Amino acid sequence: MATETPVDCDVHPVVPGMVALLPYLDEMWREMVVRRGLDELNSISYPSNAPLTTRADWRDASGRGASTPERLAREAMAPFGTGTAILNCLYGVQLPFSEDLGAAFARAVNQWIAHEWLDRDERLRASIVVAAQSPELSVAEIERCAADRRFVQVLMLVMGDQPLGKRAYWPIYEAAQRHGLPIGVHAGSSYRHPPTPVGWPSTHTEDYVNQAQAFQSALTSLVTEGVFAKFPRLTVVLMESGWTWLPAHLWRLDKFWKGVRMEVPWVDRPPSEIVRERVRLTLQPVDGPADPAQLGRLLDHMGSEEMLLFSTDYPHWQFDGDRALPEGLPAGLARKMMVDNPRATYPRLSV
Amino acid sequence: MNVTVMDRAPEVSTQSQLGFVDCDVHPYVKSGADLDPFLSERWRKHRQMIGGRARQALSNSPQYFRLSPGTGMRRDAWPPGGGHPGSDLDFMREQVLDKFGVTHGMMLPLIGRCSDERNVEFGAALCTAVNDWQAHVWSDPEPRLKGSVQVTAEYPEAAIAEIERRAGDRRFSQVMIPPRGLEPLGRRRYWPILEAAAANGFPIALHLGGTSGHASTGGGWPSFYHEEHHSYVQSMEALVTSLVIEGVFERIPNLRVVLVEGGFAWMPSLCWRLDKHWKRLREEVPHLKRLPSEYVRENIWVTTQPIEEPERPEDLLQTFEWIGWDRIMFSTDYPHWDQDDPRFAIKVPLPEEFRRKLFRDNAMSLYGLA
Repeated sequence: MATETPVDCDVHPVVPGMVALLPYLDEMWREMVVRRGLDELNSISYPSNAPLTTRADWRDASGRGASTPERLAREAMAPFGTGTAILNCLYGVQLPFSEDLGAAFARAVNQWIAHEWLDRDERLRASIVVAAQSPELSVAEIERCAADRRFVQVLMLVMGDQPLGKRAYWPIYEAAQRHGLPIGVHAGSSYRHPPTPVGWPSTHTEDYVNQAQAFQSALTSLVTEGVFAKFPRLTVVLMESGWTWLPAHLWRLDKFWKGVRMEVPWVDRPPSEIVRERVRLTLQPVDGPADPAQLGRLLDHMGSEEMLLFSTDYPHWQFDGDRALPEGLPAGLARKMMVDNPRATYPRLSV
Repeated sequence: MNVTVMDRAPEVSTQSQLGFVDCDVHPYVKSGADLDPFLSERWRKHRQMIGGRARQALSNSPQYFRLSPGTGMRRDAWPPGGGHPGSDLDFMREQVLDKFGVTHGMMLPLIGRCSDERNVEFGAALCTAVNDWQAHVWSDPEPRLKGSVQVTAEYPEAAIAEIERRAGDRRFSQVMIPPRGLEPLGRRRYWPILEAAAANGFPIALHLGGTSGHASTGGGWPSFYHEEHHSYVQSMEALVTSLVIEGVFERIPNLRVVLVEGGFAWMPSLCWRLDKHWKRLREEVPHLKRLPSEYVRENIWVTTQPIEEPERPEDLLQTFEWIGWDRIMFSTDYPHWDQDDPRFAIKVPLPEEFRRKLFRDNAMSLYGLA
């Protein structure tokens, strides 16, 4: 694998429909799908026809985006000279309450990704999709997939049954660390709780904007519960998080840690240090100021050039044309984001 | 609580030479019985027999235990004569009003859980009682202290009646609603309350708190106060998002909203995010006529405490600039454990013009203080 070409750390292959997964389900689940008429696991986080879900010029005749490796290569890789793209499939295996059903579909999705995508374009890598409603079955799926080195990360949604730092999830983190897999936390919710602390919003717009708050809470949980202390070699990648909230959040985390650390003695250094060392964030969407000079100041507030990882978030509509990189990036940051930082984050890209 | 900060020598030009409006002071009762004189016999009996019932498991303490007694009070704020911190007017004068040359102190009572009460009729009676208590026990003897009208958002008729009852009473400066309610505040069913506040010249103060019964993060219930405290910010962000995207400021353009004790440094990022994604999704919300950030800039004020502390203190100036110097008001949050001291909280020198706005002029103008 070329080591000097950009890595796109967040692209989304779209499962065209339940029928595509049938070959990868065992006989019992195939029968369940057919007899019960299960026809989709699409999340309300991304309504199919909403403008943000798929950029208009990336929709195929059926209205879907990212439907084949060829389209992905042409639309998301060629324009940016991308040499490697990491697939994060957002099919809703985390949404059903049944742990067995979720795990069966997670397994099918991972097999579908391996055969329909990874086998067809050697530049592709993927995250292991897990149904985190069952940490036990998630670990089993990680163990099953980890032997395939083309899987480079474990994928979780930012909002699930419990905050991500809770000990129930630690077996997932243990397995991920053992296999050299970062935990990729992606925008989205299994909607076990209202997506905001103040209840259910009315609109898709609010749900999407509020994802950034969910990332703030999830990061707080991971730090506070001591995940980074317990798993010293684990990296967490926040994906599609809209990272511009991070500097202000770190200011608060450090301040309150000083006052409240008695409660969480395992957090033994300022949270900002832990986060800058162990947490990475994908670029798109860039929820920043339009003025490049202002964006430069915000990037300076981040206090690190190691944290951002290039992403297009294809086929989500985050930018027009080929303007995946915002104006106002300091010299050198673009290269770090596109090449050096992803390679430092994902050990499996290098071997 | 900022020990390193407190070690600093005071700035030469302190706020006290200007006259200082403190936008967040908490008066407390010595005990729940202090409200009895302001309750009818029916509700007095109910208070004694049943008591408050919020949407949580513990009857009196918060679900997330604080780090100091009295639900997170400053350890040196217990009045020498007894009683809860913030319950003794003379001691409050000594520790905050006189000490810092406060010309006006905005009272935001956190007592009685009146706005959270599940029995909304009891809640409404408690709100009226707390409002009478603010007027008689605090503002009458100390006119520098201004009350916040308590209302229960789940009983709009009573809330509106309470707002109208206090309208024109100079002892009250705003209407107070806890951010965590059953639904985001921008939802249509709350509009009559917001309209009544605007019509009667009251800003709405959203002071962190409330027991909505919902998990305090979208991903579930956190384990620690260390997390709960941060989730207050996420509540504020969700409320700003709701108020803006639901079109509240299109519908009620003269509504003014004050965010209290939720910090502010998160605001620029939220505004950029709102603008960016609104451009994609505006067809879903055609009632918005302007960029979301323009509504925020025009209709929302922030108070400073607990002030964010960047590693490089000067980074805060950029944040102030992004928010707008005319929308930021200083607050101490006396007598809470993380109270900010107006002499030391901002660790970079401010231009005199901004200092005046932050400590005095913005609040004077928002609340129409003389």
